[in-house]
Amino acid sequence: MTLLGTDSNPLRVAVIGSGPSAFYAVEALFKQAALVAQVDMFDRLPTPYGLVRYGVAPDHPKIKSVTKVYEKLAANPRFRFYGNVELGKHVTVADLRQFYHQILYATGAQSDRRMGIPGEDLGGSHPATEFVAWYNGHPDYRDHHFDLSVERVAVVGVGNVAIDVARILSRTPQELEKTDMADYAIDALRNSKIKEVYLLGRRGPAQAAFTNPEVKELAEMEDADVFTLPDEVQLDELSKAEMASDPDPTIQKKVEMLQGYALHQPSGKARKLYIRFLVSPTELVGDARGNVVKMRIVHNTLVKSDTGTLSAKATDQTEELEVGMVFRSVGYRGAPLPDVPFNDRWGVILNEHGRVIDPNTKQPRVGEYTSGWIKRGPSGVIGTNKPDSVDTVNGMIEDLQKGATLSPTQTNTASVEQFICNHQPRFITFADWLKLDQLEVANGAKLGRPRLKFTNVEEMLKAVGK
Amino acid sequence: MKIDAILAIKGMNVLTIRPDQSVREAVALLSQHNIGALVVVDVNGTVVGILSERDIVRRAAHDEQVFALAVRQLMTDKVVTGTPSDDLDVVLRTMTARHFRHLPIVEQGKLVGIVTIGDVVKARLDQYRGEVDNLHTQIT
Repeated sequence: MTLLGTDSNPLRVAVIGSGPSAFYAVEALFKQAALVAQVDMFDRLPTPYGLVRYGVAPDHPKIKSVTKVYEKLAANPRFRFYGNVELGKHVTVADLRQFYHQILYATGAQSDRRMGIPGEDLGGSHPATEFVAWYNGHPDYRDHHFDLSVERVAVVGVGNVAIDVARILSRTPQELEKTDMADYAIDALRNSKIKEVYLLGRRGPAQAAFTNPEVKELAEMEDADVFTLPDEVQLDELSKAEMASDPDPTIQKKVEMLQGYALHQPSGKARKLYIRFLVSPTELVGDARGNVVKMRIVHNTLVKSDTGTLSAKATDQTEELEVGMVFRSVGYRGAPLPDVPFNDRWGVILNEHGRVIDPNTKQPRVGEYTSGWIKRGPSGVIGTNKPDSVDTVNGMIEDLQKGATLSPTQTNTASVEQFICNHQPRFITFADWLKLDQLEVANGAKLGRPRLKFTNVEEMLKAVGK
Repeated sequence: MKIDAILAIKGMNVLTIRPDQSVREAVALLSQHNIGALVVVDVNGTVVGILSERDIVRRAAHDEQVFALAVRQLMTDKVVTGTPSDDLDVVLRTMTARHFRHLPIVEQGKLVGIVTIGDVVKARLDQYRGEVDNLHTQIT
């Protein structure tokens, strides 16, 4: 038999998921000198790009421009996309082993962590990710209902998802109409009665995860004023000492901006966004109908750990916030895939540097790999997935060179397509997606918007004649 | 970024040794797994020390009997431990300033992993690379 990974015997790789880490893995595979790889990418949704389409805030179009890179990769004749094909439903891991030498799981981190406080499941208390997926037009979330008739909302967390949600809630309809936000979400937000948004961080301003551009952007909103509380943005002694011993201009700038917001005078804008620090929710209180009406919070102080990390410790000082809606954004974890080992502690696929590990033997499962957030948990920016996927692909190449791959019985590209046809005749190709993409952009242009998203799977399929 | 992102890609093996085992056994483990340190735990799984290749080399330089010693006699018992929610940047700074290369990670009293200075530097580097890559795609 000819050498695997050559023209006459290409390395056949299945990639599950189509977000950044999936595409960066494809890029790394196609960049290998002297390797001929054929990649089939699967997504359970008809549309590619994962969180770039359904996670990145609609008012951050520049961040979405990364899809141009992915589109170029998809133009490679050795690449195929099978959208609307779900692992475990239309195709199983055992099926994939019949067709591919290597399988890469890159399905991201979809589920949220809970706060673990009483009242968390009251009406009006939601994972921030569901709101994000809803306003971004994710087909699974388009029918969710968010009661925007309340006047005050708390967003728990100060990561980029939390700040996105707080910002979107504070924007005017005119600002949102310039984006590719789902049209139903713009309609709902147009009627929003929200007056005040609280963003709650459990540590201080120097420890906040959001970036400086994100903080600065808040001050540029059309009809919302941003405030911090003077006491909460003054640095405590530990943070001061840390910043003195190792000055970081980025953190200094962030703290200065946040301290600046404490001096803001209300300018008469319709909405107010309060960024609070050193507070943790302890309980959500509901009314007779089971809807959130109040959040109890405790004020924190910072304590220093062995390694020097400053972490939050509750004091006995408490406070109540009258809020009718709560979004939690306190961390994310991946969801297990059928027949793929999962590491429940970290919420990732059980892996060692991208090689999927068998929990019984503690050895790698031959031919199975993972990259991105389902490999390492949700951390970093979109680009962080690139070196991460390169690491995984390096392992794949190392194993290929050792001959440690799966031994598929059907390696011609037609046989897998026939299989998919049999199990999910309504699959979406990349050409179909490009057509959908064009339609969305054209439909948006009619309204002076960058894109009008299809948000319903049936409509997507019909639009491309499936 | 937090330490748990490093632990997530390290499978489920944390190599440990008990204080009453011999340095010979420790050397075999270090060599077999191509690592630089072992976390020393008692029967309850509590971290009681750390034994690094440096500890062994330093003793071997003037003691031919080093292999027969118990791990307890050579380990560093004032071991700094981290938690999964420790900040990556802070840990990097602390490991650099205090010159240690291995950090056992403990959660609710139990050892859940170990990170090396190499892991921490790589994670930080990847983070920078990612940020640079993001900016590149936005301006080109």
